[in-house]
Formats: sequence, structure tokens, C-alpha cells
Amino acid sequence: MSETTHHGAVATSPAPPVEDDLPPAQLAAAHGLTVSGARPGLADYVRQLWGRRHFILAFSQAKLTAQYSKAKLGQLWQVATPLLNALVYFLIFGLILQANRGMSTSVYVPFLVTGVFVFTFTQSSVMAGVRAISGNLGLVRALHFPRASLPVSFSLQQLQQLLFSMVVLVAVVVAFGSLPTWSWLLVVPALALQFVFNTGLALIMARLGARTPDLAQLMPFVMRTWLYASGVMFSIPIMLRDRPAWIADILMYNPAAIYMDLVRFALIDEYGSSNLPAHVWAAGLAWALVVGVAGFVYFWKAEERYGRG
Amino acid sequence: MADEMLATPAGERIPTVIADDVHIVYRVNAGGGGRGSATAALSRILRRDQGQSRGVRKVHAVRGVTFTAYRGEAIGLIGTNGSGKSTLLRAIAGLLPTESGRVYTDGQPSLLGVNAALMNDLTGERNVILGGLAMGMSREEIRERYQDIVDFSGINEKGDFITLPMRTYSSGMAARLRFSIAAAKNHDVLMIDEALATGDRRFQIRSERRIRELRKQAGTVFLVSHSNKSIRDTCDRVLWLEKGELLMDGPTDEVIRAYEKETGK
Repeated sequence: MSETTHHGAVATSPAPPVEDDLPPAQLAAAHGLTVSGARPGLADYVRQLWGRRHFILAFSQAKLTAQYSKAKLGQLWQVATPLLNALVYFLIFGLILQANRGMSTSVYVPFLVTGVFVFTFTQSSVMAGVRAISGNLGLVRALHFPRASLPVSFSLQQLQQLLFSMVVLVAVVVAFGSLPTWSWLLVVPALALQFVFNTGLALIMARLGARTPDLAQLMPFVMRTWLYASGVMFSIPIMLRDRPAWIADILMYNPAAIYMDLVRFALIDEYGSSNLPAHVWAAGLAWALVVGVAGFVYFWKAEERYGRG
Repeated sequence: MADEMLATPAGERIPTVIADDVHIVYRVNAGGGGRGSATAALSRILRRDQGQSRGVRKVHAVRGVTFTAYRGEAIGLIGTNGSGKSTLLRAIAGLLPTESGRVYTDGQPSLLGVNAALMNDLTGERNVILGGLAMGMSREEIRERYQDIVDFSGINEKGDFITLPMRTYSSGMAARLRFSIAAAKNHDVLMIDEALATGDRRFQIRSERRIRELRKQAGTVFLVSHSNKSIRDTCDRVLWLEKGELLMDGPTDEVIRAYEKETGK
């Protein structure tokens, strides 16, 4: 790069009488000016983010509405899309491949649909996270707000999307013979933990995606691998019966499997605690806290660099 | 009208923005450009030469700009296309990180513009709320000013357009609504990037008046424009940027005269 030093300007008029010609840094200090675009401390950052909560919520709802605004059926697609998704998986895995080993149809169908919806929640949060910064550079370069607002807003959008899916899920679960009981309330903490986990993951992906937009091309393959390894359409312990136990253990303690099992356990009568790994709630909580906090700090560390080239 | 703004009543000049040897470098993934075929990209990856040449190009957009802006000043930025005016504004606003050097500011400078936050598929109504929130207004502030914003934009003069999606607006109508939302907030340090040239003649007059109001409330105003007339009308000091360097910094008349001589107008 050429290093033509053009310090200051060729002032054609006598330079404005700056009080005693202090160097810029000292002049700034004397008048209490602060560095523009500097990264705030972590506590300050959390406070700023909380101050933007209305924007975060409004942005997520706007994105959700804008999604189907051109379709004739409009917002009906919010429910129709997950329903069709569940139908496709049932057709392939339930009817053609008969992947319901060890489960009766009345358990397998709700098992499958729950798995698909809960996994999709994490999957779409990750995908939206990758593009949260790199796909919104215009916004990042035009307005001032804590950048974490974007990934948080996108995972909030996915949470609202999931709530529409839950309408379908409840219908399916009831249709296959599990009636509402108090245990259904366990869905709320399970999804809350998953939301925290997803947001942390989205924050990590947002920072990575801001540096390397190519991740958006790569992630679908990673996510599909994760999908098949998490027992969305089959029961891990039954499928891996003949393999060493540690393989099944690793798969069952992966966060996607944990959150799916928690929701299945809450909703499906015949899916008892024997299907769940030990300390499943503790595992779900640990994943949420570790990934949530680590993701937030990791994202914050690069706050002042988002929006560059 | 420019001259009486030069000094504060107290006679002391208070700096609001200090740029200290600011350099800004864009890094561009030159995908598709030049030898951007898939095989070329692959061979570049395989060769693994020094990081910089691997498809990433650097654009040195601002080169060592130093100036101090004071409260009450309205500063115009002029220069030919691609001279770094908008980039410099973004750096002052803290939206673009500097490569080296620093920008010190009093409070949070804001860029006048919310285009990026608005969504064409949403109604004008929801965009007013979304844009206001994006600029950092509270829900109450937006509720208070909602009617003013809609009236100012004149969107509803030809029927109830505010409840229709923005994609149904003509480009002029959309530009008017965007300006109205952006101009609804008061700022300490305000930066305007060629926002004056939107809408029809009637709206231009209205928006110029609004900018003058904003200028009175704001500590310092920066204006980027290619219209020497609007710079003359609003600014009392002008920075002339060329190829990212500060070529001239002085009173409006002097700098504009030199600029016009140089560009042959």
C-alpha cells in the first residue's frame, strides 16, 4: 500500500484557532470524547442488548411475517410447512423404510414428528446464525446497535416458528393416543433450555460466518450429518444394540438428542424415562449454559470488527 | 446563515468529533472477478501462497485523514465518486472499524438513514415502528411521533397507503417514507449522506427545512452531497476528499471554488 503521508490538510485559510494546538488524543481527553466504535465491557454490552429488546423482538416478528407475505395462503404456511415436513418424513421413514424398530406406530409417529420439529429448531437457528451478520451487512454498516441483537433475533424468530409447529405437534400427539397431562408442562423448560443452547450456537456461527461467509455453503452438510446421528427418525439404543455402548452414549448425550428426548418424554405417554439417558435434565442444562455463555462471550469479543469488508 | 454558527455563545469552541490519522481498508473477496473461475480458485487454495493474495483484495479507502469538528458546525464533504466520503462518515459513526488511527466523538454520532432496517414485504406502518426501534427510539417515542412521521412523508395524501406493503410503493414514495423515519430522531452528531435529493420538488423543500431543524438541534452536522448548491446552502466548512486523502479543509466558498476549478465546472 502506498504510504503517502498526508497528515492533516492543506489548509488554505489560517487553521482554526484550536486551543493551544493540542495533539488530537489529548484534545479528545481534555473534552471527554471517547473512541468511536470501541467495544463496550461485557456488563455494558448486556445492558445495551437489554435496552434493544423491543427492536430484537420486532425484528424477529417482522422477519417471520415477511417470510410468507407474498404467498396466497399467507400466514397459513406457518403451520402448513411443518405439517408437510412431518408427512414427508412419515412417508419415507415410517411407511417405506419401516425405521420404527422397537416402537409401535402410536409411539413412532409422534416420536418422529417431535424429533423433526425439535431438530429443525436447532438446525434453522444455526443456518440463520451463519448469515446473521454476513447477510445483514447493510444494517450493520448503517445503524448502531449491539450486533448480538441480530443472531439473538434470528433464533427468536425460529422459536416463534417452532410455536407454530407445536400446534401441529399437539394435534399429531393427541391423534395417536397421548392425551394432555401435567407432564406436558415439561415441554416449556425443555424448549427454554434448547432456545438458550441454540442462541449460543447461533452467536458462534454468526462470528464465524462474518469472517468466512463460505460456511453458509458448508453448514447444510454438517447439519444433515448431525440430523442422522441424533436419532431423529430412529431410537439410538435400539439401532446401535450390537455396537459398543460408548457409541450410543456419545450420540445420546449430544445436545440435539437430549432436547428431542426431553420433549418426547414430556409429550408421549408410552415414551417413558427408560428411553432417556441418565441425568438427562442436568445434561440439557449444562449444554444450554456452557454453549449459551461461551457463544455470547465469543461473539462479544469481536464486536467492533463486524461490518468490515 | 452559515457564519453565525461558527462560535458558541460562550466564545469557546468545543470539539465534538476528532479524527486522528484515520486509515480505512476494505478487504474484498474478489470472487467472480478476474480469474475467478472455479479451477482458478481451487489452484489458489492448493498453492497456499501468503494469505493476502488468496482471492482477497485490499482497498485502501481512506488514507490518513485528520481533522477536528466543533459544536455548531455544519461540515460538507465533497469529492468525486469513490473518494472515500461515505466510508469516512461510517468510520466517524463507529460503524466501520479503522485500520489505524482513531476517531474520538462526543456521544454517539448517527448516520441519517434506516433503509437497511426496513423490509419491503411489510406495511409502511410496521416499517415506521421497525425503523424507529432500529434507530434506538423507545416504543413510546415512536407512538408519539408516529402521526408526524406519516404526515411528513405525505404517504397518505393519495389514499391509505401506509397499511400496504412497502413493495407496492412507487420509488419516490418509498424514499419519502424512509427519509421521514430517519429524520424523526434528534441526534448529537448527525451525518447525512446525499439524502436531500429524494422525492418530488415539494418534498425536497420540506426535507431541506427538516434538515435545517435537525441541524439546529444537533451539535454537529456532516453532509455528503454532489450538489454544490445544497452544500453552499447548509454548510459553513467543507472537507474535500480525493482518493481517500484530505485535499483541502476550509470555509465553504474557498473550497468549493477550488473544487469547481479542479473538476472543470
